[in-house]
Amino acid sequence: MKLSTKHLLGIKDLLKEDIQLILSTATQFKEVLQRPVKKVPSLRDVTIVNLFYENSTRTRMSFELAERRLSADTLNFTASSSSAAKGETLLDTVNNILSMKVDMVVMRHSASGAPHFLAKYIPAAIVNAGDGINEHPTQALLDAFSMQEKLGTLEGVRVAIIGDIMHSRVALSNMYLLRKMGAEVMVVGPPTLIPKYIGEALGVKVTYNLQQALQWCDVANVLRIQLERQNQPLFSSLREYNLAYGIKQKMLDGLGKNIVIMHPGPINRGVEMDSEVADGPNSIILNQVENGVAVRMAVLYLLAGREG
Amino acid sequence: MALTVKRLAHQMLENNAELENTVLIGLQPRGIYLSDRIVAELEGILPEKKLHYGKLDITFYRDDVRKSLHIANATDIPFSIEGKTVILIDDVLYTGRTIRAALDALLDFGRPSKVALCVLIDRRFSRELPIQPDFAGKAIDTIVTDRVKVNWREKDEKDEVVLV
Repeated sequence: MKLSTKHLLGIKDLLKEDIQLILSTATQFKEVLQRPVKKVPSLRDVTIVNLFYENSTRTRMSFELAERRLSADTLNFTASSSSAAKGETLLDTVNNILSMKVDMVVMRHSASGAPHFLAKYIPAAIVNAGDGINEHPTQALLDAFSMQEKLGTLEGVRVAIIGDIMHSRVALSNMYLLRKMGAEVMVVGPPTLIPKYIGEALGVKVTYNLQQALQWCDVANVLRIQLERQNQPLFSSLREYNLAYGIKQKMLDGLGKNIVIMHPGPINRGVEMDSEVADGPNSIILNQVENGVAVRMAVLYLLAGREG
Repeated sequence: MALTVKRLAHQMLENNAELENTVLIGLQPRGIYLSDRIVAELEGILPEKKLHYGKLDITFYRDDVRKSLHIANATDIPFSIEGKTVILIDDVLYTGRTIRAALDALLDFGRPSKVALCVLIDRRFSRELPIQPDFAGKAIDTIVTDRVKVNWREKDEKDEVVLV
């Protein structure tokens, strides 16, 4: 059993079997992370560069920790403090790094499709850690892992994805993954933040009414408003957004059932959700972060093992 | 096969009648069928004794990760091995590489005072590392192109050792 792809560019390219293999391998790595020595020697002979052309806290630290827990050697690259600021192209930068004998590239870029472009020109395996408004596959995988851990299955689970659907790569990767694994998806947000025809294209339900979505769902995956990607005003103010789409504890109390609350981070408290909700008993936001390391270990392990 | 399992269990008791300070660990995936049976046998002989029995998966410790990918199985060692005598149990001892990986994996759980090895089949002329069993059900002489497989009733319908 191995993955059907050489790179992890997006959930779109994965088969259901690939996703199952990653999630089951992640379960074993999660056990490794509970041991006295939280480290295995699997990728001792692998060198991985973390190429971050865009800011990140969780994803970057999570990848770095995953690499170290697998005993891989790691290199870090941050665009703002590198020669990219002097005008070097992406391909030149990567080819220079690879000539120092690097085996895998973990990359984040603000341009959608940047890792796909790179995959055409370089031999190393590439893991997409977020490309523009396209995909963020490891986030979707860790979201799925966390949901499965909490609910026992993904099949038939009803997931509401709430917020800036238009600019969120987390939303797109989650929709691909959840549909492949047999979950039902409803997207919620202001009409200006939901692309037209998304329902037909991806097989998801669409609503502009938060209350209706909360009534329907088992899991609410709440997204941040990606202000940095919106080059024109798409809603009048954050305060107004909060009034219409922010999740408040009172709403959850009135549902008559418990729903699981998720958020990929970073949270803007008081905008997309209130603190009480983020820190409440049904929130698995910090479990998501914990599981991120195990899931990324699984991805790196399975891609490194695929060679040869 | 039942007789051999019985003999292995009794051999373990020869030097240590009460299995004091001893834990048993079966190696995933195929060593656990043997270890399950040995543990059942020992529990029959020592009914009051609470045996510490765990399962260890060595996939992430293999030295051939880049050559072939193996699927990981569950590891379950719900006790400390610090200062204990550990008996590792596997079905076939061949090159010794699995046991090498198992020793590495084991040491990440603590520092045992002693590690012993129990196997059902010892392919004694095929070793690539200096590793020998302490308890062996049967030693067989094979050439490298042979493949020895132990089938278990629980998984393969029938107890048998086959050369394929």
